[in-house]
Amino acid sequence: MLIGHQPKEFLLAVEALTVSFDGFKAVNDLSFYVEENEIRVIIGPNGAGKTTVLDLICGKTKATSGSIQFRGKELTKLKENEIVQAGVGRKFQTPSVFVDLTVFENLEISYPRGRTVFGSLAFQRDAAVKDRVQEVAEMIFLKDRLDTYADELSHGQKQWLEIGMLLIQDPDLLMLDEPVAGMSVSERAKTAELLNRIIRDRSVLVIEHDMKFVEDIAHKVTVLHQGQILSEGTMEKVKNDPKVVEVYLGH
Amino acid sequence: MIINSRFFNRSELIGFVSLLLLLVIILPLTLDLFRLNLVAKYLTYAFVGIGLVICWGYGGILSLGQGVFFGLGGYCMAMFLKLEASSVANTKIQSTPGIPDFMDWNQITALPFFWKPFHSLSLTLLAIILVPGVFAFIIGAAMFKRRVGGVYFAIITQAVAAILGILIIGQQGYTGGVNGITDLRTLLGWDIRTDHAKYILYFIEVVLLFGCIIIAQFIRLTKLGRILVAMREQEDRVRFSGYSVANFKIFAFCAAAIFAAIGGAMFTLEVGFMSPSFVGIVPSIEMVIYTAVGGRMSIFGAVYGAMLVNFAKTSLSETFPQLWLFGLGALFIAVVLAFPNGLSGIWADYVQPRIDRLLTSRTRKRGLVVNGAPAE
Repeated sequence: MLIGHQPKEFLLAVEALTVSFDGFKAVNDLSFYVEENEIRVIIGPNGAGKTTVLDLICGKTKATSGSIQFRGKELTKLKENEIVQAGVGRKFQTPSVFVDLTVFENLEISYPRGRTVFGSLAFQRDAAVKDRVQEVAEMIFLKDRLDTYADELSHGQKQWLEIGMLLIQDPDLLMLDEPVAGMSVSERAKTAELLNRIIRDRSVLVIEHDMKFVEDIAHKVTVLHQGQILSEGTMEKVKNDPKVVEVYLGH
Repeated sequence: MIINSRFFNRSELIGFVSLLLLLVIILPLTLDLFRLNLVAKYLTYAFVGIGLVICWGYGGILSLGQGVFFGLGGYCMAMFLKLEASSVANTKIQSTPGIPDFMDWNQITALPFFWKPFHSLSLTLLAIILVPGVFAFIIGAAMFKRRVGGVYFAIITQAVAAILGILIIGQQGYTGGVNGITDLRTLLGWDIRTDHAKYILYFIEVVLLFGCIIIAQFIRLTKLGRILVAMREQEDRVRFSGYSVANFKIFAFCAAAIFAAIGGAMFTLEVGFMSPSFVGIVPSIEMVIYTAVGGRMSIFGAVYGAMLVNFAKTSLSETFPQLWLFGLGALFIAVVLAFPNGLSGIWADYVQPRIDRLLTSRTRKRGLVVNGAPAE
């Protein structure tokens, strides 16, 4: 295949990506490209394969065929932790934080140092770590709650904590799966503000249903339907695409 | 920001000092040698318990095969002692003098190759750590790299315990079979059966136990300890924070295996023999029960759990030999249902708050006195 010859400026190049579960193609011959510092939103009806795409990129699901190039590295051949170390961060749909650890400890675990067994035995909680944790905690509105166990946080605060854990990893590509789902109106506004701040200096891939939120942040929108791209382009273009209106925005 | 950088916090320090007092002063002064030797035997299981706290309590990896590692450590020690007891002079009535008696009974005429390193004490000590460590590494790497975990892992460890038990019994000529390795006498010429030796061995064991407690506490306090807790709750989040979950699990499992092996080696020295009845499924499950009763999140809890359950076992199994196993099972169910954090959980929830209240009120009173003292 000659399509592997893509221009260099793409941060992420997904090409001919297919995954099938017992014959059902959840993602079918999908290709898209994300540039440096681009904010890309993936929308689409339920079961369109949005979360599966993120799972494929971060290595949670193995692709049946196709390639995912990140900065020229083939991600489909790497293990999950190696993909993270390459610079891809992933936030899950349901908040996944460590409830038996404090906010500080949650953030500290995500600090990108001492990630091997013996590295973590020798890991020192030095000033650099403390400062960074403080800094991120302030961004995610949790600076007064560093000693709180994550168990005691509200749903929205847990979401912020997980976003904070990704921030501290400082990934080049940040993938967020419905970051504002299940949040109250005020939490939603705060999250939008938070996301707008953290998406600078990096590329972001977001799955979101909240169209107002999508309009606020998206540079480019990809509409998925039945594992394939239905439409792609600016929000304006996608909104007026009759196919998109029919399968997704219409209802 | 309260970030505790001390090695032990106050309640842990109290736990450490009171255990030290109990084991070093109170028990040796109050118990006769027979009872003290029983305590020494119970404490060998405390090593296993400490390992299980790290592996099961913190890492969430339930191993029902710790008897394997306890046994491997114990057998390594027993092989050394047996070779020393089987000198040519001691075994001249055998058809092949200089080999252990059970080999001679099984028509084996030369020492098998894997027994040869156990002529040397330093190689033996190394083997006590390395054999179980490497074995745990192999099992751990095979299972955790393939993402086998939870109940499946527990069942596999149990199968390994069964296999090793059967193997030892079946290979009578090489292992002493169902009788185990018995009639152990001296360690580098020092008779381990005398009263004096029993005291010395008890104190060596206590020193090793505190060494293991300190190592376990160190592991618990490093970032690795927190990653183990994190892994227990949200394995995927740890993986997607850039860690190889399998490697951390392998580490916890190997650490637990090595602790168990040290306990097994001390068991051989204290009790004077090693047999497959400490390797198989039942002893492995009992070890998990001691840890659960003591509290699987507490290093000190595991030590007390091992002592109390074994004490109960000795006293109750003499009086009600039939009922004991039912009692043990009922105890396990009761602990899991009613007190998932075991004795240490009960201590932390009910006793510790009272002690804290007592201590704070006393310091407050003392503070008043100091303030009230006339200025000079």
